[in-house]
Amino acid sequence: MEQILNWFNEKVLVWLEGIWNNFHRAFIEKGRYIAYIDGFKLTLFVSFFAVILGVIIGLIVAVLKYTSARNKRLKIFGMISNLYITIIRGTPVYVQLLIIYYVIFTSRGTSPLVVAIICFGVNSSAYVAEIIRAGIEAVDKGQMEAGKSLGLSGIQSMTSIVLPQAIKNILPALGNEFIVLIKETAIVGVIAVNDVTKAAQNVSGITYDLLTPLIITAVMYLVVVVLLTKLLGYFERRLAQGDRR
Amino acid sequence: MIDVKKLNKSFGDNHVLKDIDEHISRGEKVVIVGPSGSGKSTFLRCLNLMEIPSSGDIFFEDKNITKTKGKQLNAMRQKMGMVFQHFNLFPHLTILDNITLAPIKLKLMSKKQAQEKAMQLLKRVGLVDKAKQYPNQLSGGQKQRIAIVRALAMNPQVMLFDEPTSALDPEMVGEVLDLMKQLAIDGMTMVVVTHEMGFAREVGSRVLFMDEGRIVEQNTPKEFFDSPQNPRLKDFLSKVL
Repeated sequence: MEQILNWFNEKVLVWLEGIWNNFHRAFIEKGRYIAYIDGFKLTLFVSFFAVILGVIIGLIVAVLKYTSARNKRLKIFGMISNLYITIIRGTPVYVQLLIIYYVIFTSRGTSPLVVAIICFGVNSSAYVAEIIRAGIEAVDKGQMEAGKSLGLSGIQSMTSIVLPQAIKNILPALGNEFIVLIKETAIVGVIAVNDVTKAAQNVSGITYDLLTPLIITAVMYLVVVVLLTKLLGYFERRLAQGDRR
Repeated sequence: MIDVKKLNKSFGDNHVLKDIDEHISRGEKVVIVGPSGSGKSTFLRCLNLMEIPSSGDIFFEDKNITKTKGKQLNAMRQKMGMVFQHFNLFPHLTILDNITLAPIKLKLMSKKQAQEKAMQLLKRVGLVDKAKQYPNQLSGGQKQRIAIVRALAMNPQVMLFDEPTSALDPEMVGEVLDLMKQLAIDGMTMVVVTHEMGFAREVGSRVLFMDEGRIVEQNTPKEFFDSPQNPRLKDFLSKVL
């Protein structure tokens, strides 16, 4: 019995103490948690506005692609949409970020935050466009016809009849895209945005401990993603109202 | 009221409607019958430009509607109610919102007026208690009656029915046909594509027989069913009656 207790004291407690010391050094000492929290705020800030931008551009591209496939006169818009989606989806977001920051916004006055939001928004929009288009096409075409037969315009039928049903269908896929986007922003450090990942790197540069700051960061991402998943689940249930039988 | 002149419609190489000339007067109840693939649904869908004709003209209240676009076209469609085989109710809206959506969106009525009108109509078809429910909670017959009410809420001049009972369980067909009969008695101009010969005989003021994209024969219901002339019609009637 005593042996076990000794072993416990020597190995496990020492081990735990080491972890605590590392954590203390990486997170609490000298108020380092402020760096994480400030970084985390930036991560959320960039993600939030990138999601909004992505949905707006994605929706426009999706509707353009959908209508142009059914209207020969608008064929050129369909081609532009396809080109846009192909280029954005076909290149790594890391490369896009560097190109946008160092080549397009070359003037030093442009805030890297704005660049980050534009880059991730544009990148996300290509995926969102395809998700929304698939969602629109999954809605029975009789719905659009019914709207038009009542005298609604194509746009009115789209916004008040087709899109609400499409959004319900695509919410899981869209939520997935949001989650991917939040995690992808971890590379914004490369254009000097001090997001939470960058903050962790900074801390480990001071403490010479790589693991602990990264674990702390990983937990922060995980918490946000879990909360977002719960939130999306709530919306899915609300939108499923019409499915009750 | 509706004048069709030399109407042609093709889907690719498939020539569905061939040089159709037809006149539908106010108050008429025109029933269109024929084998599947004869073009009767396409003809009906051309009347409110759900399908754009390949050539020919359609006049609605003396206005050539084949040339209209955008706002004019939408305004024209408001005057033509349409009922579909698969109901096409909006599953994400309550029954009441299904009915009031178009009148409110198009600013024809205030929300309050539209809802009052909707409740009146629901009362007429005996479905007031369903106002707050969603389409999926209704039976097929109830859905189709709601679809008819939704079209009526726009105060249409003419109602187009595209096989309104074909997707229904046999026991639900009666309630929908009863409502359509009621509409006919009230004087609504109706164009009905159907396989319900009993309805054609009882309610129709004129019955058209379509085959291979043409109107082959038309007559009053009595003559149509009792002394058909065209051999294709005779063959058709011998199979369905």
